[in-house]
Amino acid sequence: MIGSVEDSGFKKSNTINRRMFIFAAAKAVVFVGIVGRLFSLQISENKKYLTLSDKNRLREARLPPVRGEFVDYFGNRIAKNLTVYQLHVVPEQVEDFKTLIVRLKDILNLSDSHLQELIKKKNKQKPWETLIVSENLSWDEFSKINFYLHELSGARPVLTVGRNYPYNDTYTHVLGYVSEASVEDLVNNEAIKERNVPGLRVGKTGLEKALEKELIGTNGIQRFEVNAYGKRINQIDFKEGEQGKTIKLTIDTEIQKYTQELLDNRAGSISVMDIYTGEIIAMNSSPSFDPNLFLYGIEKNKWKEITKNPLKPLLNKTVSGLYSPGSTIKPLVALSALENDVITTNLKVNCRGHKHPLELYGMKYHCWKKEGHGYMSLQNAIKQSCDTYFYEAARLLGVDRLNETAKKFGLGNVVLGKYFNEKKGVVPSTKWKKEAIGQNWYLGETLINGIGQGYIQTTPLQLCLMTAQLANGGHKIYPKIIYENNQENVETIKQRMKLAEENKVEDSNLLSATEKLFKKDEKTYDALYRNKENVKFVLDAMFRSTNEIYGTSFSSRIEDPKYQFAGKTGTAQVKRITEAERELDLKTNQIPYKERDHAWYIAFGPYKNPRYAVSILVEHGGSGSSTAAPIAKKLFKFVIDRHELREKIKKKNLATSDI
Amino acid sequence: MFIQSSLSDKSTFFQKLRSLDYIMLLTILIIGIISSFAMYSTDGGELRYHSESHIIRFVVFFTMMIFISFINIKTWHTFGYLFYILVLGLLIWASLFGITAQGSQRWINLYFINLQPSELMKIAIIICFAKYYHRIQIAHVNRLRNIIIPILILFVPIALVLTQPDLGTSILIALSGIIVLWLAGVNIKYFFYSSLVFIISAPFIISFLKPYQKLRILTFFDPDKDPLGAGYQIIQSKIAVGSGGLTGKGFLKGTQGYLEFLPEKHTDFIFTLFSEEFGFIGSILLLILYAILIFRILRIGSLSRNFFGKFFCFGFGSAIFVYITVNMAMVLGLLPIVGSPLPIMSYGGSSMLATMIGLGIVMSTKIYSRQLIS
Repeated sequence: MIGSVEDSGFKKSNTINRRMFIFAAAKAVVFVGIVGRLFSLQISENKKYLTLSDKNRLREARLPPVRGEFVDYFGNRIAKNLTVYQLHVVPEQVEDFKTLIVRLKDILNLSDSHLQELIKKKNKQKPWETLIVSENLSWDEFSKINFYLHELSGARPVLTVGRNYPYNDTYTHVLGYVSEASVEDLVNNEAIKERNVPGLRVGKTGLEKALEKELIGTNGIQRFEVNAYGKRINQIDFKEGEQGKTIKLTIDTEIQKYTQELLDNRAGSISVMDIYTGEIIAMNSSPSFDPNLFLYGIEKNKWKEITKNPLKPLLNKTVSGLYSPGSTIKPLVALSALENDVITTNLKVNCRGHKHPLELYGMKYHCWKKEGHGYMSLQNAIKQSCDTYFYEAARLLGVDRLNETAKKFGLGNVVLGKYFNEKKGVVPSTKWKKEAIGQNWYLGETLINGIGQGYIQTTPLQLCLMTAQLANGGHKIYPKIIYENNQENVETIKQRMKLAEENKVEDSNLLSATEKLFKKDEKTYDALYRNKENVKFVLDAMFRSTNEIYGTSFSSRIEDPKYQFAGKTGTAQVKRITEAERELDLKTNQIPYKERDHAWYIAFGPYKNPRYAVSILVEHGGSGSSTAAPIAKKLFKFVIDRHELREKIKKKNLATSDI
Repeated sequence: MFIQSSLSDKSTFFQKLRSLDYIMLLTILIIGIISSFAMYSTDGGELRYHSESHIIRFVVFFTMMIFISFINIKTWHTFGYLFYILVLGLLIWASLFGITAQGSQRWINLYFINLQPSELMKIAIIICFAKYYHRIQIAHVNRLRNIIIPILILFVPIALVLTQPDLGTSILIALSGIIVLWLAGVNIKYFFYSSLVFIISAPFIISFLKPYQKLRILTFFDPDKDPLGAGYQIIQSKIAVGSGGLTGKGFLKGTQGYLEFLPEKHTDFIFTLFSEEFGFIGSILLLILYAILIFRILRIGSLSRNFFGKFFCFGFGSAIFVYITVNMAMVLGLLPIVGSPLPIMSYGGSSMLATMIGLGIVMSTKIYSRQLIS
């Protein structure tokens, strides 16, 4: 019995051991399996999971780039950055949007309409897109939000960069303004697309838009660790963004401000240009508006006010406004006629007044002066702005030769090129008319062209350039609004002009070509004339027009040689004058605003040693001599008074740039 | 033979002390220390609630294990059924008056500890079966009576735990029992047929599962289907382990755990956290420690002169192995997620208590290896 028990026990023991062994073998296999799995996860696929783990824990935030600033010629900041406190919400990260928004409403005292707008905006965008609840929080509101932040999950107080224009509406048409980037901005500008963050401000018009790439800067990058609930735990890395370039303009803020004062909210434009360097010292279009209004999106009624204003504050009249130049074209017509030898300075034309107008193919061509000028020489015709003389001069010259000279002096083309939405204007020719209108040229059109009416259309800046290029003795210059550090000084430019003049006498094309080869970077100030005496003659006539009795702007003259200037008035008709109206001979203020003449004045000074050219336009301002020329008198005094200061800072700038 | 048995019966305290398995003790201690560090890490590198109570429990239950070691193996045999019935009673108590947490009623409030009787059942079922098969001769194992009774013994607690509901623990209880049945020599064909029946009826069983359990099984097959929902745990766990690499991210530097991407990091996913911080090398070391532990347990079993001790050691050693592999396979994405703690490592008093009782009995088997039980 005991034996069998022993035997049974032995058998049992055997069974257990055998089964244990089988099981142990299975265990070993499973263990190997686990090790294999660990190996595959941790060794073979380590990289993949490491990336996934980093993706889990790391978040990157792009900070808004800090925009470059604008400074004027003297280094005064004319567009700068502000720290702005905003409140952002990412709807996706919010548990209960409604509760949050109601809570925020309580804290920030948001209006119901603002709330409605937010909800509308939220419904329009994707849930992961940032919703800007408040564009511009006060410091108090911002700290309040931070205080309650623990109960406002999903709300994010954000420090961002805003724009400020300290001179308000003074620079609006030069700088333009910034506003929140639109879809079009993102699509059209790669630089904006790359740097976009919620609430990014980009240039919408003017230099702010044209120089976007230089101004925008680069994003700062903040890398931080988040936990499984998306809460920021700590900052791992911070890369500061680079501020955009600071851009220095050639404009003098004081003069710019003064031009605004002079225009006094009338519709018009004033440009002031250095006749050698081409630097634009002031460029104003009036009326203007405050660009600061656009930073957070302009209010509807204010926008309406601006767009509905009949004086068109949105239009940059200096570069985008097209006007008949009127009599301001006459010096150019005279020069063209002299250059082409169609007249001599001795030509006399009899101006017999309205009773005996010039007649051509049944059409009558009147001089502006009712009683007529009598026998006019060229000099007197410019001085007294006799239309009849210029009908004759233009008739002899022909439209195509005038076209050539006008184009040479800068009409019919953009002045600054890429920066503004500049209009080219029209300098007509027989060919142009055929192409643009499809008709043949009529001689009558040449006649009215001669007094700056008809098809010819120019911008105020073009006329300023024309005046500058006449005033410097008839040489090509290079207009600029952005300060160039390597700008040649005036003496060098004058020498170059002289050189260009001498070269012209020998063989202009060949010599200037070889010259260009040797001195590639140097600008050539080509002579735009054939005979220097012709230019001198025209400038002299302009001087007489301002400084001699019977000159059209005689009443606006300055006798002090320091400020003495020479100019030419212009009174551009905006509509054809009927016989009846001619009979009535109404005063400017008796005519409806829209039908009044544009008042022009172009001038340069100081006469003895000219340096600055100006063009002044007052839309529907009446006659040039009564409205525009008096502005020039004040302007020249102001500009020339600031000349020393400008030269001083220029020397300093050159000295520092040498180092 | 009688002399030998009487010898061990009367061996002095020092002899008993000397016959403790020190390698096993050392292994347990090392795993305990590792688990304390892992727990410290889950608390974010501070000695806070989880790490503190884990360390206290480990010390208390480890000491308890040493005491249990000196209890004669005979005593465990004597009270084997009683222990099972006691635990079964606790299970019923838990089902009736237990504390509910996370949708499952599985704890009894004992004031100093929230006891989870289902964890104790993992041990009790092995003790019970060890006693049951201790007596039965090999020839009688496959009698119908001897098949039905164990199945009943096994079925009652499983059913109770399933209804708590606690799928993970009930599976582990089932596996613990089945291991002993296997060792006892139950005919292979029974295992074969029953697993066949199980596979065929699996769809029906699944239809009885709770929705979240179904989801877990489905996500096991395709965790990326719902990466933020049901698949989240397994994806994050794999990321944690995988990103650990060869040497790991370093102690307290596991970002997945620290930044709370890991769910249940104290309990079921403690290995994930450990593996992220200590990498492949650390994981293998831990596996080796567990292997040594299991090997020592099985060795003690094989040296035992009585079948009770043998059954228990083989059963318990194998069960520990199953717990470890189920847990690891789960966190490594090889098995669906079912609640199953990693012995000693995981946070949880009942699991620690059960494991330490088991290890104590194993140690007692060692000390009284020559003890014969009639």
